[in-house]
Amino acid sequence: MPDSTSLKQKEEAHWRKTSRLMWTHLGIWFFFGFIIHMFVEPLNKIVIPILGFPLGFYMAAQGSLIVFVVMLFVFARQQDSIDREFGFAEDD
Amino acid sequence: MATEASTSSSDFIKNLGKMYGTYTGGFIAFILLLALLEQVGVPNKILGYFFVFFTLAVYAIIGVMTRTAQVSEYYVAGRRVPAFYNGMATGADWMSAASFVGMAGTLFLLGYDGLAWVLGWTGGFVLVSILIGPYLRKFGAYTVPDFLSFRYGGNFARFLGVIVLVACSFTYVTAQIYGTGLIASRFLGMQFELAVFAGLVGILLCAMLGGMRAVTWTQIAQYVVLIIAYLAPIVILSTMKYGIPIPELTYGRAIAEITAREQQMLATGLATAASLKPHIQPFINYSPLNFFAIIMCMMVGTASLPHILMRYFTTPSVREARQSVAWSLLFIFLLYFSAPAYAAFSKLEVYTNIIGRDLTAIRPWLFNWGELGLIQICGKNAATIDAVVAACKAIAGHPGVVRLQDFVINTDVIVLSTPEIAGLPYVISGLVAAGGLAAALSTADGLLLAIANALSHDIYYKMIDPNAPTMRRLTVARALLVVVAVVAAATAATKPADILAMVGWAFSLAMAGNFPALVMGVWWKRTTATGAVCGIIAGFGLCLFYLVVSRYFPGAGVKYFGMTSLLNPVTGAPVVDLVKTMALPNAMESFPTLAHPLANKVGWFNLNNIACGLLGTPLGFAVIYIVSLLGKEPSKEMQDYVDEIRKPRGRTVLEEKTT
Repeated sequence: MPDSTSLKQKEEAHWRKTSRLMWTHLGIWFFFGFIIHMFVEPLNKIVIPILGFPLGFYMAAQGSLIVFVVMLFVFARQQDSIDREFGFAEDD
Repeated sequence: MATEASTSSSDFIKNLGKMYGTYTGGFIAFILLLALLEQVGVPNKILGYFFVFFTLAVYAIIGVMTRTAQVSEYYVAGRRVPAFYNGMATGADWMSAASFVGMAGTLFLLGYDGLAWVLGWTGGFVLVSILIGPYLRKFGAYTVPDFLSFRYGGNFARFLGVIVLVACSFTYVTAQIYGTGLIASRFLGMQFELAVFAGLVGILLCAMLGGMRAVTWTQIAQYVVLIIAYLAPIVILSTMKYGIPIPELTYGRAIAEITAREQQMLATGLATAASLKPHIQPFINYSPLNFFAIIMCMMVGTASLPHILMRYFTTPSVREARQSVAWSLLFIFLLYFSAPAYAAFSKLEVYTNIIGRDLTAIRPWLFNWGELGLIQICGKNAATIDAVVAACKAIAGHPGVVRLQDFVINTDVIVLSTPEIAGLPYVISGLVAAGGLAAALSTADGLLLAIANALSHDIYYKMIDPNAPTMRRLTVARALLVVVAVVAAATAATKPADILAMVGWAFSLAMAGNFPALVMGVWWKRTTATGAVCGIIAGFGLCLFYLVVSRYFPGAGVKYFGMTSLLNPVTGAPVVDLVKTMALPNAMESFPTLAHPLANKVGWFNLNNIACGLLGTPLGFAVIYIVSLLGKEPSKEMQDYVDEIRKPRGRTVLEEKTT
């Protein structure tokens, strides 16, 4: 067991990184959950070639959803590597 | 805290892939067998019963086989469910009758604005993963109120947690049981009450003997059925129409055709500007404020609903809890990104093959639904051609072809009728019915378990008899499960008027009641017990107040609380004339007068009451913050516990007696 001050420091550093990751993903979430749909009318003027979707509609029907799914897999990896970096991850 | 895994159960985990693979293959073979039976002339009704009873029997067998006498198996499936499978179970837990049957219909009616629900019911999982779920897993709770009690000083916080949980879960489970009745009665011609009873038996057989463990393994089986059932008709339809079996890619062209047809209908007088709502035009059903408010409430509500959060208590590790959220969303995504395709294909069919057609040349698929009162033309049920012709003749100056304003469709029909629109054999329709039932039953199982567990674990074991032996705890848990299920089914059988709207309310209530306290409990060590308790009461209270007043006491809302009429999203004009309606003799009447002229039409800031969480949650956060700062810092011990929750490594904070 390391002495308690260095454990405290490690905990704090771990939490700082975790919080930064949280805010980053929260930002992406907010952008694709809300901000981008505020521009639906201009985006609808763009039509996706071949498929024929207006872009604004597409983002709400599929685009943002795909971002959310990918983001969650990426987040699980990133948070795990932070946990590993500080030795706080569970054994495999 | 996980009990030592016996050899037989670790074999069980290892063989999951093989088992569910075989199961899926068996289910497909079963569909093909029924298709064969249909070809040799077995009547539709028999096929339908086969579908329903075969699938119900499979769920029941799984439920009975996975029975358990261990507390940790009963409450959290022994914390051994792998991320991938827990994701599938969560998918089934999440997708309700409303998602399966109603979502596509909502998109059909509302067009772009309906996508608020698609976004709202998916994006919330991001919040589950980054803010709450994995931390509660590390904490080691059996229920959400467990965490509130530990973090916020005992049974008062626990009791509040139970109130919030029951408030948002009970109406929700009632709606699911109602959904089973609806699907079985519409599809199979069963009597509604009988169908509700059959659903109840199905739910109990799955959940009662094995608790979370049994519900988990049946939900996975139910996910397989529901996703095959949802995708099969639309994939076939897409292949027939566009030659590509990926409807999510091809419906873009359908949307372009719909948009062109809308212009044409306006130009030829088949639609009036008032009756036509262009499919891709945003903010004509919801104002931008309400559109984004619904998204926010559904998302944050997702991250606050106890029956969802508790699914992540079952994974073997915190790491797998995070992966599991990602898998959950992937499995949910498969259905939600297909729903708009249903809406587009159906709309194209209606706009090209019904609207503008001579009354005598209407496509026959529609009469089955007209007979049930789900499709109306010219104000009458479209049961036969004669009925339609007679109804339209009665309208002065009717041109003899169906106009858009003549046509009314119940939203449930969209998914259910797609196999017939595509001219597919009945076996596909039966499959869709089985899928809808699976969606309703799996969600009902999860909700029922959430309620019964809160009552048995939080109220009975933690508050009434902390020394109760294991056997008695499990007996009480099962007895309460039966009681809650029967009460919910009895409520559903009365066909309560507001039941479907109440599902939406559940999200706002969960959001206002749980979200601030859960998030602050993990992310801000300084949060005090008093702060959290005040925050829950204030946030949940405000949300509930707004809902109840605007729905049931709108007269009082206007007179005493300064509520004003909601505004029409297109014209910006009030939807009701307050001065005139307030002068009516029944203006101050309240519950149970459901047909009040102001009900759901008044509020503050033009905010729909379904989004009341948007009022309650910020208040909850603010109250927790201020009251916490006013009080003394939480003990060093508590702050250390919070540190423990933040680190995946190590033992769970809460250690339950498991034997």
